[in-house]
Amino acid sequence: MGLLHTVNKSPFESNTFDICLDYAKDGSTVLLIEDGVYAATTGTSAADKIKDASGVSFAVLGPDLQARGLEGKLADGIKVVDYEGFVNLVAEHDSVQSWL
Amino acid sequence: MAVKKFMYVNRKAPYGTVYALESLEVVLIGAAFDQDVSLAFIGDGVYELTKGQNTDGIGQKNFSPTYAALGDYDVNKIYVEKESLEERGLTLDDLQHLVWEDEDEDWAEKDSIRLVSRAELADVMAEQEILLSF
Repeated sequence: MGLLHTVNKSPFESNTFDICLDYAKDGSTVLLIEDGVYAATTGTSAADKIKDASGVSFAVLGPDLQARGLEGKLADGIKVVDYEGFVNLVAEHDSVQSWL
Repeated sequence: MAVKKFMYVNRKAPYGTVYALESLEVVLIGAAFDQDVSLAFIGDGVYELTKGQNTDGIGQKNFSPTYAALGDYDVNKIYVEKESLEERGLTLDDLQHLVWEDEDEDWAEKDSIRLVSRAELADVMAEQEILLSF
């Protein structure tokens, strides 16, 4: 089922998120974790890019979003997963690419 | 002891790295020395002040309530950069409401956060004697 990509850097602090999107093919999933969750919040250019990447699925790790007080700012089209959901995503995909 | 103008410049999001917590620790230590202290929150640093942080799920200490105590340590000049908030889809309403009590005005409660433009903050920064960067 394609690759699972994880991104753990803020889209404002590094180009990791953009590079990941360049590599994410249709059918793959991008999971935003740690400071990567900022890309999942409304009113950011990163959220616009997520909207435009129609063939790619997006998920965000809920506990990291909650830690940062941004649950209410989640952009549309992004699934929230817990740690168990993270494990399931790993199991469902062919391999994992961690963009550090 | 001569009073100097100190500014702590905060540019990192909380929890992903240790910078935000370390900065807060140093600010609290420095507050004991009766200096003229300002804090600046720019770039991802504005994320340090979001309200409603809950770290139960990530096994780290939620240090965000400590920002609300800064007023009690006479740390009441907290500059938040407007452009950084806007880029991140945030407004002042998304941040904690930080206040201090003015001893000279019968302990009237006043806002600690000053929303400033990048240009205004550059001016304030240029007035400082000591800048500590996190």
